[in-house]
Amino acid sequence: MELLFEKSRPGRSHGYLPACDTPVYSFDSSLLRETDAAFPALSENDISRHYSALEERTYGVNDGIYPLGSCTMKYNPKINEQCAALPGFTDIHPLQNRDTVQGCMEVMDLLKRDLCEITGMDAMTLQPAAGAHGEFTGMMLIKRYHELRGEGEIRNKVIVPDSSHGTNPATGAMNGLTVVSIPSAEDGSVDLEALKAAVGEDTAGLMLTNPNTLGIFDKNITEITRIIHEAGGLCYYDGANLNAVMGVVRPGDMGFDCIHLNLHKTFSTPHGGGGPGAGAVGCKEFLKDYLPEDISAAYPGVCFGENSIGKVRSFQGNFLVAVRALAYVLSLGREGVRKSAQTAVLNANYLKALLADTYEMANPGLCMHEFVMTMQKEHKETGASALDIAKGLLDEGIHPPTIYFPLIVHEALMAEPTETESRESLEKTADIFRRVYEKALADPEAAHHWPVSAVIGRPDEVTAARKPVLRWHSDN
Amino acid sequence: MNTPAELKYTKDHEWVKEEDGLFVIGITDYAQDALGDIVFVNLPEIDDEFDGGDAVCDVESVKAVSDVLTPVTGKVVEINEDLLDAPEMVNEDPYGAWFVKMEGEITEDLLDAAAYETHCKDN
Repeated sequence: MELLFEKSRPGRSHGYLPACDTPVYSFDSSLLRETDAAFPALSENDISRHYSALEERTYGVNDGIYPLGSCTMKYNPKINEQCAALPGFTDIHPLQNRDTVQGCMEVMDLLKRDLCEITGMDAMTLQPAAGAHGEFTGMMLIKRYHELRGEGEIRNKVIVPDSSHGTNPATGAMNGLTVVSIPSAEDGSVDLEALKAAVGEDTAGLMLTNPNTLGIFDKNITEITRIIHEAGGLCYYDGANLNAVMGVVRPGDMGFDCIHLNLHKTFSTPHGGGGPGAGAVGCKEFLKDYLPEDISAAYPGVCFGENSIGKVRSFQGNFLVAVRALAYVLSLGREGVRKSAQTAVLNANYLKALLADTYEMANPGLCMHEFVMTMQKEHKETGASALDIAKGLLDEGIHPPTIYFPLIVHEALMAEPTETESRESLEKTADIFRRVYEKALADPEAAHHWPVSAVIGRPDEVTAARKPVLRWHSDN
Repeated sequence: MNTPAELKYTKDHEWVKEEDGLFVIGITDYAQDALGDIVFVNLPEIDDEFDGGDAVCDVESVKAVSDVLTPVTGKVVEINEDLLDAPEMVNEDPYGAWFVKMEGEITEDLLDAAAYETHCKDN
């Protein structure tokens, strides 16, 4: 498909820009570029067709099931969009005097209050732009806590299990902490003996997601957080898997001190394609003063508390995402929040049960909101891999699950159907998964070349990673 | 699976060879096959010091980033910079594509070829 730059023809335009009605300001000539910027020149029709063509090639949760494990690709209710489109929310400026945006501030306060209630935290910030940014912010709070106690130098290690999301060790490293990876038990849960051996006076904290990446709720969770606290460390909850438990149990009650939430996962705001996301960060009372919350009286974004880590993003974060998340929480209500988690777990277990005769499960028995299958045996015996299955699902017109994660399961396929799929959708999905499995085992050689009907076939991932082409270059 | 008899192995799938008083470290044929196509190798600096069991470098495949653990407590004296531009060498010739040469002493348990092969089968 041609890029806009390649479709460009000199002189073509769409004449939308109005005549300039302000005095022309002349810059010093040394600041001006010598040639015009190479913007593509296209008619409105060209542009419109280009984006329609892109839209036809894409696949989202509006097109069908999107069972991407650990990503919670749930349906985004239209009422969220209606609320976010209200002119009182859209026609404002982040530097407006606070007297004039009281309604918007109330939206943020209400959302923070509800998120605190759901997670068992005491304070919340909506600044971080997405999940990893939230993790980074949360771990900064923990680091600040140790620094202000005079232990910043000593407590420089963060413990993560080897089943963790890759962002956890990355967050620790970005915060200047040394990452200590501890082995997990078979079911992905924390090995208590390994944890006890890893903690000490250098422990800054633990980063954990519960349910874990194998979709299992760690039954030792209060023991785990106790071990960390007794060693003087703090516990960070990666909220990526909160969809399994929201409204049922609270990370704050499990013993966690700090948490991030992916509003674009759990709270049904758009996810993927740049979202934008939002990674709200919550904490217990004793960490509250370190939050990146501005305490300005009139104009926002100018004043932070003495112990605050300072702002991590401009203004109030992705405000309209917060509006959508509040619309979601308020339309579900207390019972609805709990029911949505319960349905997410029920749906995952139903899909798992439908597939258990075909795919080998990394963990037999009940799961939480997601489950992991493994193609290890098939790959060894026939060459058919998790990647082949994923590509085969594209040919069948659905989005594949997460593959090759968690790392502790070989040839992993990790599926999370979410609560917004109907029974019929789950059954249809199971049929497709089974059909692709049978086709792959019948002819593994052919499976290596899937997909055959998608607009893009099997990309050369190795060359893409070794010699990435990241931008378009003009021939001139 | 190729497991040269003259090498020693770790349970984490590295191989070690003693050569001119130095320990040469790489990853095994089993490891490169399990990782898939290697697209990036991250090497330490010369003179970096490590304890046995530490991650001495990491490799990135199309599937994941994995640590390479050193069984040697000591200092890096040589790194294989050829791998930076040609990480595919690890897939093509895992026992030729060494990562680092270290001086020091072996402080981790090592397996001989037969024991390593058994370990891989049980895994």
